Amino acid sequence: MGRFLLRRAVNYLILVFLAATMTYFIAGTALEPIVNYLSKHPQPPMATIHNLLRAQNLDPNTPIVVRYWHWLTGVLQGNFGLTYNGDSVAAEMGRRIFVSTELLFLATIISAVSGVAFGAWNALRQYRPSDKASTVISYAILATPTVVIAVTLQTFDNWMGSPIQYIDLYDPSAHGAVAIVLSNLEHLILPTLTLWLIQVTLFSRFQRSTMLDVLQADYLRTARAKGLTYRQAVLRHGLRTAVIPVMPLLVYNIILLFTGATFTEIIFGWHGMGEWLVTSIQNNDVNATAAIGVFTAGLVLVAGLVSDLVYAALDPRVRA
Amino acid sequence: MTTTDASTLSQVEEPKVRRSRGRGALLVRRFARNRLALVGLGILVLLLVGAYVLPSFLPWSYTQNDWNALGVAPNASHPFGTNHPGVDMLALTMRGLQKSLVIGLVGGPLTTAVAALVGASAGYFGGWVDRILMWILELMLVVPSFLLLAIIAPRLSHGTWLIFVVVLAAFGWMITARVVRSMTQTLKDREYVLAARYMGVNPMVIIVRHILPNVASILIVDATIQVGAIVLSETGLSYFGFGIQPPDVSLGTLISDGEPDATTSPWMFFFPAGFLILMGLCTAFIGDGLRDAFDPTAAGAKARVKKAKGSSDQEPMVELASTSIVVEEGTAS
Repeated sequence: MGRFLLRRAVNYLILVFLAATMTYFIAGTALEPIVNYLSKHPQPPMATIHNLLRAQNLDPNTPIVVRYWHWLTGVLQGNFGLTYNGDSVAAEMGRRIFVSTELLFLATIISAVSGVAFGAWNALRQYRPSDKASTVISYAILATPTVVIAVTLQTFDNWMGSPIQYIDLYDPSAHGAVAIVLSNLEHLILPTLTLWLIQVTLFSRFQRSTMLDVLQADYLRTARAKGLTYRQAVLRHGLRTAVIPVMPLLVYNIILLFTGATFTEIIFGWHGMGEWLVTSIQNNDVNATAAIGVFTAGLVLVAGLVSDLVYAALDPRVRA
Repeated sequence: MTTTDASTLSQVEEPKVRRSRGRGALLVRRFARNRLALVGLGILVLLLVGAYVLPSFLPWSYTQNDWNALGVAPNASHPFGTNHPGVDMLALTMRGLQKSLVIGLVGGPLTTAVAALVGASAGYFGGWVDRILMWILELMLVVPSFLLLAIIAPRLSHGTWLIFVVVLAAFGWMITARVVRSMTQTLKDREYVLAARYMGVNPMVIIVRHILPNVASILIVDATIQVGAIVLSETGLSYFGFGIQPPDVSLGTLISDGEPDATTSPWMFFFPAGFLILMGLCTAFIGDGLRDAFDPTAAGAKARVKKAKGSSDQEPMVELASTSIVVEEGTAS
């Protein structure tokens, strides 16, 4: 098991390295940070622009390979360079990871638990009206872009007379720590609801189909035969087995959401990693884009390892 | 149920020439049994016809501005209202629907084709080819695809949507390819494949003629699901301005344009959004019906047996057919 994990880890590390390299080369050649200076009024002299860009390792006159090497040696020492407006990329990333974590923490926990529970419940009530209705609704939600879900929630809120505030992290007129925390929690409601709707649909569909397979299994009948009640048998022998195949999906989705909650973050004004992914490209910010590339690839690596570990923890057959 | 079983049996006993037609008829009948799938197909055809035929009957084209009606709510002359520059929303939505439908209907099958080719080659050749292809596949899964799409797509396509679709397909084939590969591995030692190989048939010909037809069912279902996936990623990219570029219009760009006014002028946002959801629902239902048609052991088929025994419920069951949504969803929340 240990050697297996180690080999996976090494393989993932090489993949992450290549993915980050690819991102840097594509971002470095396609994005044009020089535009940020050319659009300034008054426009600085060209020599100054190139000097400024060279100082940030962004000068298009320097060969991309040289820039890449400079960037790579910096990254290996923990230095991700500067953003387009001169801040440290690493500091900005730290701040944004914090914001994303706050946004995602509740949403992911609630969706994982309720998704598994809801899927299992639907499987137990297969072909009943509740199951049929939730099937059609899940199709509708899966066919809906996140933008539409988020904006629909906002519109509903406005029609109801705005009982829930949702713009930015908290109400700027709130005074005192308690008021700010409460306002912050209120502002979490709609984005959490958006993320929850999408995630819970996905998780519950998968949980439902794995649970349906398990409910037919012989060992569940054996468990009943040895005297367990239906409830005990389903919970202890059914659900536990049915959760295992859903675990990788859960882990991957939750971890990749760190840069994947782009739409939710932008629409609700949360300045997290997902928003940065889009704004860094719009601002021609090569260093930030490359850093996000490293971070996302790293997330895939972590997700892969965590899902292997969870799988091993839940499934005794893998541990052996 | 018994009547269908009997008719299938009688078809099997018919002469050879009729039998191949019998399979097609059987598939059609199984598909038609799933009522939601039929409805989905009907609506999709309606959408397709409407998107291409309706605009020529409308008094306003999507390039005209009605200067007397800037941003008005739905009324008799503008059933979907107009946007701020006074363009008729119905004409715009139909124009956007055209583009989104074409993108989905070209991009979905294209994604599946790439997946089929890569997966079948990896599975059939094995060895180094397999290792290299699978390694590329894993790399593509690790690469931040939304980020790269956002950088590449607008610069590569320069307003031509066809290249945009190719780029979308290039980032969406991985999961299906893995499934096709494992299916190919079980197929490649079958007698007919071995016979073809020993006769010296070109390996690519074997793949196209003997391997792919045997995984056709999963490919067809996957192609329908990919239609929805491609349209969703198009919408996402267009929302940020990385997708379809003006003067082209898609449902994604319309949703993006209408978003700031969604609460005050809902018609600018919710009409395009509604058509997008309708389209996605239809493809999902069709994919579901196709899967039931090709795979009688799937949950949908079992459902009907159960129903015939007791329950009076006649509505057909649907089951999520998609495993490919998973990855998309990770980057598209």
